[in-house]
Amino acid sequence: MSALLEVIGISVSFDGFRAINNLSFAIAERELRAIIGPNGAGKTTFMDIVTGKTRPNDGQVLWGENSRSLLKMSEAQIARAGVGRKFQRPTVFEDQSVAENLTMALSAARGPFAVLRWRPSADSDARVAELAAEVGLGDQLPRKAGELSHGQKQWLEIGMLLAQDPRLLLVDEPAAGMTLAEREQTTTLLRRLAEKHAVVVVEHDMDFVRRLDCKVTVLHEGSVLAEGSLDHVTANPQVIEVYLGRG
Amino acid sequence: MRLFLFFVALAAFLTLAVQSHAQDLREVVTQYRAEIEKPSRQSIGPVIEQIAATGPQGAALLQAWGDRALGLRKSDGLMVIVGESDSQTDAVTGAELPTEDVTMLRPNSGVRGLIAAALAGNALSDPDRARRAQALDALARRGDASQLALLRDALDDPDPGLAARKARLERLLTIQHDPDPAARIAAIESFGGDTGLDFRASLNPILATRRVALETVPADANIAAELTPGGAMSRADAYAMLVAADLAPAQMTPQAERAVLAQHINQGMVGGVPLAQLGHEDARDRAWTALEQQGLVQPAASEAEVDAALARFRFLDLYVEPNADVTDAARAALRGTQTRIGFMQAADLSLDALSLASIYFLAAIGLAITFGVMRVINMAHGEFIMMGAYTGYVVQQFIANRTLSLIVALPLAFIVTFAAGVALERLVIRHLYKRPLETLLATFGVSIALQQLAKNIFGTQARPLTAPGWLDGALTFNDVVSISYIRIAIFVLALVFLALYLVIMNRTRLGLEVRAVTQNPGMAASMGISPDRMNMLTFGLGSGIAGIAGVAIGLFAQVTSEIGQQYIVQSFMTVVVGGVGNIWGTLAGAALIGFFQKGIEWLNPANTLAAQTYMILFIIIFIQFRPRGIIAAKGRAAVGA
Amino acid sequence: MRKPLVLRHPSILIFLAVLAVFTVAVTILSAGYGTGVISTSMVKTLGKTLCLALAAVAMDLVWGYAGILSLGQMAFFALGGYMIGMWLMVARTEGIVAASLANMPIPPTQAEITQATATQIFGVVGADSFPAIWSFAGSLPAQLALVVLVPGLLALVFGWLAFRSRVNGVYLSILTQAMTLALALYLFQNDSGLRGNNGLSGLQNIPGLDGVGQEKLSVWFLWASAIALGLGYLLIAWVASGKFGSVTRAIRDDEARVRFLGYSVEGYKLVVFTLAAIITAVAGALYYPQAGIINPAELAPIASIYLAVWVAIGGRGRLYGAAIGAVFVSLLSSWFTGGRAPAIDLGIYTINWVDWWQVLLGLSFVLVTLFAPKGIAGLIRK
Repeated sequence: MSALLEVIGISVSFDGFRAINNLSFAIAERELRAIIGPNGAGKTTFMDIVTGKTRPNDGQVLWGENSRSLLKMSEAQIARAGVGRKFQRPTVFEDQSVAENLTMALSAARGPFAVLRWRPSADSDARVAELAAEVGLGDQLPRKAGELSHGQKQWLEIGMLLAQDPRLLLVDEPAAGMTLAEREQTTTLLRRLAEKHAVVVVEHDMDFVRRLDCKVTVLHEGSVLAEGSLDHVTANPQVIEVYLGRG
Repeated sequence: MRLFLFFVALAAFLTLAVQSHAQDLREVVTQYRAEIEKPSRQSIGPVIEQIAATGPQGAALLQAWGDRALGLRKSDGLMVIVGESDSQTDAVTGAELPTEDVTMLRPNSGVRGLIAAALAGNALSDPDRARRAQALDALARRGDASQLALLRDALDDPDPGLAARKARLERLLTIQHDPDPAARIAAIESFGGDTGLDFRASLNPILATRRVALETVPADANIAAELTPGGAMSRADAYAMLVAADLAPAQMTPQAERAVLAQHINQGMVGGVPLAQLGHEDARDRAWTALEQQGLVQPAASEAEVDAALARFRFLDLYVEPNADVTDAARAALRGTQTRIGFMQAADLSLDALSLASIYFLAAIGLAITFGVMRVINMAHGEFIMMGAYTGYVVQQFIANRTLSLIVALPLAFIVTFAAGVALERLVIRHLYKRPLETLLATFGVSIALQQLAKNIFGTQARPLTAPGWLDGALTFNDVVSISYIRIAIFVLALVFLALYLVIMNRTRLGLEVRAVTQNPGMAASMGISPDRMNMLTFGLGSGIAGIAGVAIGLFAQVTSEIGQQYIVQSFMTVVVGGVGNIWGTLAGAALIGFFQKGIEWLNPANTLAAQTYMILFIIIFIQFRPRGIIAAKGRAAVGA
Repeated sequence: MRKPLVLRHPSILIFLAVLAVFTVAVTILSAGYGTGVISTSMVKTLGKTLCLALAAVAMDLVWGYAGILSLGQMAFFALGGYMIGMWLMVARTEGIVAASLANMPIPPTQAEITQATATQIFGVVGADSFPAIWSFAGSLPAQLALVVLVPGLLALVFGWLAFRSRVNGVYLSILTQAMTLALALYLFQNDSGLRGNNGLSGLQNIPGLDGVGQEKLSVWFLWASAIALGLGYLLIAWVASGKFGSVTRAIRDDEARVRFLGYSVEGYKLVVFTLAAIITAVAGALYYPQAGIINPAELAPIASIYLAVWVAIGGRGRLYGAAIGAVFVSLLSSWFTGGRAPAIDLGIYTINWVDWWQVLLGLSFVLVTLFAPKGIAGLIRK
């Protein structure tokens, strides 16, 4: 099994505080992985590094079959290479319609001049409608995204991720602020996503992770503390001490 | 009794002394009466010296003689001095006389020169220190060879300061006027690296050159530089020199060619070339050649002839001073001097830059608080500076004492602009915290309204805000390095503000609360700090400091309604370059911009506009490499900001 | 099949119709081609106002759509004016010089005409030859190309530097302000090659059209300005609609999120900034022949801030709002400051609008920002 994303020995510090400390991590194609850890364990910083928002002081981030380094690429280039990211807070463009949001995310040439020439076609309209239906927003296409409910915005964002058709999805606390029913749906959606894409879920909520039923990586103080099935890591005394023990 | 006797004796002695002088003067005058009446430059010298030697009345006589104020009474031939408003005194005794008709003596300029020299020499050893100093001043302004001898005779001086000045002046005059080259070189070398203006001025005439074109160079010519036409000197200039000296025929200019051609128009043709074609150079050349062949025009100097002429001559800069050793020594001395002057200029420039940096710092510190701490961009900041300056002006209308008015104006300006700042925050900015770009526009509206209001109230002409007398003048270190007291005061004020800011922010409850609100408004609110109140106070503080800066700036700049505009962009630059939210950054930014601007001005002194242009370009480039300023906030907060 | 752009956005059609009616109406009422109700100077003012409206529409693209509050737009406007002004000045001066030299017995050579022209133009700054930047000033096509190229290149270089280092928000505003200030200070120098603070003058006289009176020329320029505004409006509306407009507005609202969608934000900003600069420069190239004179004061930072304020008052994010704001405020300004507004006598104090208009204007910025953030266009939509 060749890794889709391989992170080797990265470290980063802010003002002397080591947010990530010699962290290594790998994920294969079509794998679902959960990352858990207490506050300040470096989960969000890890995602920032992979998506190019933060540059590590040390280490390597390699991508794809040819092991290209992501460190020299801009956020936009990394996104185009196939890394999608969903933020903790739903970030959709509230001033624009659901259809416009999805159209923007649709995989197509991203250069300014190509976009300037781009005209909607029957294909693209159908694809947008299909995606909207997939995330349960089929009848909301002309509505402004700002008018949607919190849960609907989360769905829209996931729909945008799907439209991007990334190879790797980084999902930051998808269950935050969701009702129980919405969580169920989210779990299903994520597992379905993992059939086609590699998915990394950063989560806080242990029950949610249990439902995902996948390999788990535990972060603590910027390094990997344990890795394996949820049962395996929860049996680890260190993990219990730093994480579960406090919960 | 004894005392009385002593005074009597003293008086008698003094009278005698005066009389004996007068006696001497009378003898001399009587003896040389004929020479005085009809003096000749060749023979009068000893007479003048003898008169000068008789004492003060002799000097007065000489002075009058030199000023053409000495005459002979028509009635009895008595020698009198005619003072202002025609009062007359006896030239020998100094006694006042009734006004009568007088025949004035009119010594020629040669004789007057001798008189002046004698008087100067006399004054140089005058018992009165002030008169000696005065004579030295006169000598320093224009000394010549004759006075060198006088000065050497009078080198001894009871006053050590004057003695030193005399010695220095003697060496300076030696450099210029001593006939012995060795003495001059020694004098030049004795100054070794001295930066005084007087020394440099004494070297300049030695190093003066004149430009000549010579076929053969005399062996004793003291050559400063040789110029090759086309190299250090353009060929056109070189040839023009030859033409001016009638050493070569003039080369034809297009204007002259055209004028000559116009004189030979014949039936619509010139030399057989139709007029209509003469709008081209080659047609004109053809016409000229045709005229030349007909013998109607002189051949103009061709390029080859110009070349030959230029090759025949050597173009030289010759020293006016014939002695090469002297010029070499002078050049070496000047070089040494210039190196030292260079360092001093750098020091002077640094002082200038420091004061400019202080001004920027003062103008920017209020902005650093409102923009840096609160992230509110206040385009009306410049107008708060203006309000402070006008407050200073108004206070001076009521309090005549400059010092007192300044003491009143500083806190008053703070109060006025603090109130204005609080009002602006309450009425406008409070509603726009979520929309920073719109704050910019709204405060810009306030800015133009305030500017126009100031124009309506105070008029468009500049108002004076006069500094107290003790801030006049400058602290002068030497001829090169000096700094005006106002600039020192502004520097000190900037330091005071820096200290004040640090104390307020780090040592007071207010500062603590401000920092708390800045870093985490929600948390601060939950701890009972009202962000609303804090924002109001912070904004007021920033504005109040702008007001005080306004008074300071008004002291050296003209107070107009546009005074704030001149500083606002630089202030923003200072904050941006320095790094937002950090007072040390603002300080570094002000220093960087101040020094950079002065540095460019030094490279191109004639053009302060260019300096500002390049400074702004520099800042634009600088932002490329340090988008968050010199002292950037680091960490996740900064990345997210 | 989709409907064409103008049908999807009826406001475009309405705008163009109003513009056409306005232009025709002014022509009918003008001194040159109609009844003469509107004076020639008024026609010029209206023509200039249309140019300002075009600059405002371009400003709206940059600010209202892409979220870049550029406070240096007038630098591009003035550069456009300078570029066309160079040709106007050279061609016209050359004509005058050639005419005066033609009376001499010997016809002048080209070099002599050039020399005399240069002396005529640069005498005021103590020079007598053309600086290198005037190399193409004799050629109209070359200078027309420079109208587009010089401001476009400036915007491209400046934008590339600023955007790649991710300067944004108020920092970017200040930086653009610094850009125009630097340019203005540079042009104020006598050795800048553009006649220092004298600027370029006599631009209202179009070479080759000496026979056509100003009363007709003013109408020609009014039409040219109206056509430029119409085409510019269409172009910007086209750019701002569709996916490109969508991405641009997304950048305005959440730049980082757009990056994670795979769009290079810098590239989009650069395209928008440069395009707007070029359109603004074209507007400037049409404005200054109507104004007759251009000098570095036109680049002062305050001029660009005014442009932003017009857009704010008219309504950001609505192209017609920007145009309305520019027309409304600039005409009102010239009415008030022209001394034509009646003074108000309060008994103890007489309000002269020449003195008080700026105060009123300033306060109305504040009021509009506070109470009508969507500007006049926002009120229209209500």
